[in-house]
Amino acid sequence: MSRRVTLNLGFQGNTRDVTVVIPDDEPTPWQWGERLSVVGKPTPRVDGPLKATGAAHYTYDIELPGMLYGAILRSPRPHARIRNIDLSAAEHLDGVRAVLALEDREIRFAGQEVAAVAAISSDLAADALKLIKVDYEKMPFVVDMDRAMADFAPRVFGSGSNVGRTSTSSVGNVARGLEVAANTIEAAYTTAVQTHVCLETHGAVASFNAARDQLTVWCSTQGVFSVRDDLAVYFSLPPDNVRVVCEFLGGGFGSKFGATPEMIVAARLAGATGVPVKVMLPRGDEHRSTGNRPNSEQKVKLGVDRDGKLTAIDLVQRGSGGIGGGAGSAGPFKSIYRCANIRTEERNIYTNAGPASPMRAPGWPQGCFALELAMDEMARKAGIDRLEFRRRNSDNPVRAAEYEIGARAFGWAEKNSSPKSSGAFKRGVGVASAEWHAVGVPGPEAQVIAHRDGAVEVRVGTQDIGTGTRTILAIVAAEELGLPVDRVKSEIGDTRFLFSVPSGGSLSAPSNTPAVRQAAAHLKDKLFRIAAPILGAEPDDLEASDGFIRVRTNPSRSLAFADVCKRIPGDSISAQGERVANYEGFRTDQAGCQFAEVEVDTETGIVRVTHVVAVHDAGRIIDPLMARSQVNGGILMGIGFALFENRRMDPMLGIMVNPTMDDYKLLGSLDVPRIDVTFFEVANGITNTGVMGLGEVAHVASAAAVACAVYDAIGVPVRSLPITPDRVLAALGRA
Amino acid sequence: MNRFEVITPADLASASRLLAQDGHVAFAGGVDVLDLSKQNVESPTALVNLKGLKELGGIEVRPSGELRLGAMAKLSEVAEHPAIRARFTAIAEAAGEVATPQIRNLGTVGGNILQRPRCWYFRNPDVNCLKKGGDTCYAISGLNRYHAILGGGPAFIVHPSNLAPALIAMRASATIVGPAGERTVELEKFFTLPTVDPKRENSLKSGEIVTEVIVPASPSSVRSHYLEAREKQSFDWPLVSVAIALDRAPGANTVRDARVVMGAVAPVPWRSPEAEAALKGGPLDESRARAAAEAALKDARPMSDNAYKVVIAKVIVRRAIMSVAGLEAA
Repeated sequence: MSRRVTLNLGFQGNTRDVTVVIPDDEPTPWQWGERLSVVGKPTPRVDGPLKATGAAHYTYDIELPGMLYGAILRSPRPHARIRNIDLSAAEHLDGVRAVLALEDREIRFAGQEVAAVAAISSDLAADALKLIKVDYEKMPFVVDMDRAMADFAPRVFGSGSNVGRTSTSSVGNVARGLEVAANTIEAAYTTAVQTHVCLETHGAVASFNAARDQLTVWCSTQGVFSVRDDLAVYFSLPPDNVRVVCEFLGGGFGSKFGATPEMIVAARLAGATGVPVKVMLPRGDEHRSTGNRPNSEQKVKLGVDRDGKLTAIDLVQRGSGGIGGGAGSAGPFKSIYRCANIRTEERNIYTNAGPASPMRAPGWPQGCFALELAMDEMARKAGIDRLEFRRRNSDNPVRAAEYEIGARAFGWAEKNSSPKSSGAFKRGVGVASAEWHAVGVPGPEAQVIAHRDGAVEVRVGTQDIGTGTRTILAIVAAEELGLPVDRVKSEIGDTRFLFSVPSGGSLSAPSNTPAVRQAAAHLKDKLFRIAAPILGAEPDDLEASDGFIRVRTNPSRSLAFADVCKRIPGDSISAQGERVANYEGFRTDQAGCQFAEVEVDTETGIVRVTHVVAVHDAGRIIDPLMARSQVNGGILMGIGFALFENRRMDPMLGIMVNPTMDDYKLLGSLDVPRIDVTFFEVANGITNTGVMGLGEVAHVASAAAVACAVYDAIGVPVRSLPITPDRVLAALGRA
Repeated sequence: MNRFEVITPADLASASRLLAQDGHVAFAGGVDVLDLSKQNVESPTALVNLKGLKELGGIEVRPSGELRLGAMAKLSEVAEHPAIRARFTAIAEAAGEVATPQIRNLGTVGGNILQRPRCWYFRNPDVNCLKKGGDTCYAISGLNRYHAILGGGPAFIVHPSNLAPALIAMRASATIVGPAGERTVELEKFFTLPTVDPKRENSLKSGEIVTEVIVPASPSSVRSHYLEAREKQSFDWPLVSVAIALDRAPGANTVRDARVVMGAVAPVPWRSPEAEAALKGGPLDESRARAAAEAALKDARPMSDNAYKVVIAKVIVRRAIMSVAGLEAA
């Protein structure tokens, strides 16, 4: 039932053989250095033309016969009790088909859902919202984290304190570590709330078939199956009676897991009216209500000995996820650098603001910024080169190799020692270390189908969050079947396909590709059984390559793949594969590092990022184009976090003042630096493809590298993100 | 957004009659009027479509050297016009810095000078601020990092136009047609402070249409420059902008005349006679440029979050003067 396979794992100059036991029907993992035909080669995004021409159908594009348009009324008040809600005027408006008061009677943030309508046009739905009369009993509120911690602060949740549970971790003895240190630093760092700004806002189209008790929801989601399960629970339906479809998704970044309120509203309105209902959120709602990355205040102490080795890392952190939690940022402090004495303390503070949701490497970009800027402050104080300081305190051989690759590509030695330039414009460079864990999980199952016309289809119930999932699944199946990629079509984003996991946590590539590969291998076996008698060979003697199925020992005896398909008895032949449990690997973590160069106008405080070099390991790279695109995205989101983005709340009104694409500053094309990405390939084992995820690790260090570069440029640290002109001028003592 | 109709008048007189009616709003490039409608800040019952009124179109440098910008001239056309770039440089530069290429291809000269402020309280439909008939300017005790440092009160908005400072620096006038006929007003006097009426930014009356902007001939001894500082390089509003026009005697470095007009610092485009006086009469060098920049911000009254704008404004004014004078920063 199982067999032993020896894998050569590691990277150039650092490999070891590992024997793993894998199921019999699991294809032999691709070995390091194995010659592959399409895996690892640049393949343009297979659905790129659909997206570029507008032919790709996003949730917004779904139009069904008789469909109504839903809209959601949100509270303008940050904290209130709803005394009464009068829906009658809205209900009597011509063209309105349903009006719902939502259950919550206590409002805890400006933007919380209050009521919903469905009407024959989106304009009428908007008109109807204006007719709903809500009698709010105002309650005291607090949107500022510091004020929320005060003894007499208004309580966000009636009885409970605004200060959540303290989460602590401790290794060794930090007090002792600081005591023995030759040098110490102590500083406080802050980061702002960043919103996800999915270019496609949250939304759904829901259709209820009452006769069959069947709910179908088209929605913008990172997890069709998690939405299905949530909706099944909410509406007390068997999961099989709920179908969720997401053919194309315009970004999620962690804010689109599970059944979000607008999906439930759409489904409720569809149930109430008996016809399909579409609810797409306006941009303001997207900013205020669908999630965000919490802010943070991080008090950091570091100690080093005379050799520049860390003796203590201490973090006292708090952050506010509004009415939500998950504001911790201790991750990087606990694991990027080696230190015998590490203590972290995190506290979540509740405020009357929109709830946090997971956002690209939750907690890590904040933590990495504070840790890395503190590392630079320490290095300066101790008189050690910043890169050397990191080398001395990292025991990860992958990262050590990546530092060298990055330093060469970036020109660290020259740039770090060259003058910052005279005059007002000063250049600076910084380096920061990344880390993530992205080996994937078992669970996904895949189906691969060969049709009589020779076309191959991959079906998996995953979804493409924008990273090129369709493309890499087609590449993996094409590799296994010996076909060019354009012969394989990926069908995803539908719970009618076999189960897959949500696209988040860098799970997609390492969880889905092994299932697809196994399914393709099983399909190949079936095709070999069809071809074998014709070729006068045993199935085991065949191989598939270059579009042919041939006898391994006599390649001239071959059949075109398409000719084999013509002999499929029915219309198609299919096989399934599953993602088996992780087997042993080289490492389960990823390293990675990013170098940034900035130019600071020291008279105006305006910062421009001019160059970023990123070095990342993600196991085997399936498609360098998709992978690079993902790293670009991570870096740009990091630059936005470092320089521009800030959800600003008015403390007196309790509202977000900048919930628009105009006032919420998202970087644009002229703010994009030169970016060079290098992938450091590591034979990682763990699955039959050896792929690791890349979405989060590419983003962890970006803001930190920029902040470190600004410090290098101007000689004083700006300890708060975003690094806006006022803060740079203040750091320079000019404003 | 509320429901409205779009009316396309046959001629200027009908356009004017329509615009004199309640709820009727001019529709030129449509950039700001649609933004305001979508944000429920303005709820016009009718948009009066000015496209197709030939009196409003065109860009022309007349034989006298005078420049005529039709109110419907596109910002992209102004930015790229060779004669404007050569002789009215600041105007071309200001038009070229607006927003994005897409918006410059839609946005018009008239629309740019008549656009409403970007204040995040004014633009928020849930906030009934002073500019919308309420009794409070929320920027005073609220978040005011982008608000006025000069001329503020009782409202503390800043005028958002890029083009207006450049036009005023070049002594432009607006031709306005309305129920009472045609009038010409110096652009500098067209904009009004909140002390006059906090709900308005200019003196355009009901039924009036800005048809054109006339910039007088600019002697070859005049050089001009527009410069702005903004946080993002793409699609951002200026933190501070400035347009400078300097007239120097041929072959001499002595400034005969100067205009210094700042944008995004005050509720109106802010001309600084103090800076102009500091420049006039003497040879132009860095210390004089610095003195002019100091003079321009002498009366600045920053709010809780925007003292940095004073610092940036001084830098931008100095750099613009240095650049137009052909001097390198030390």
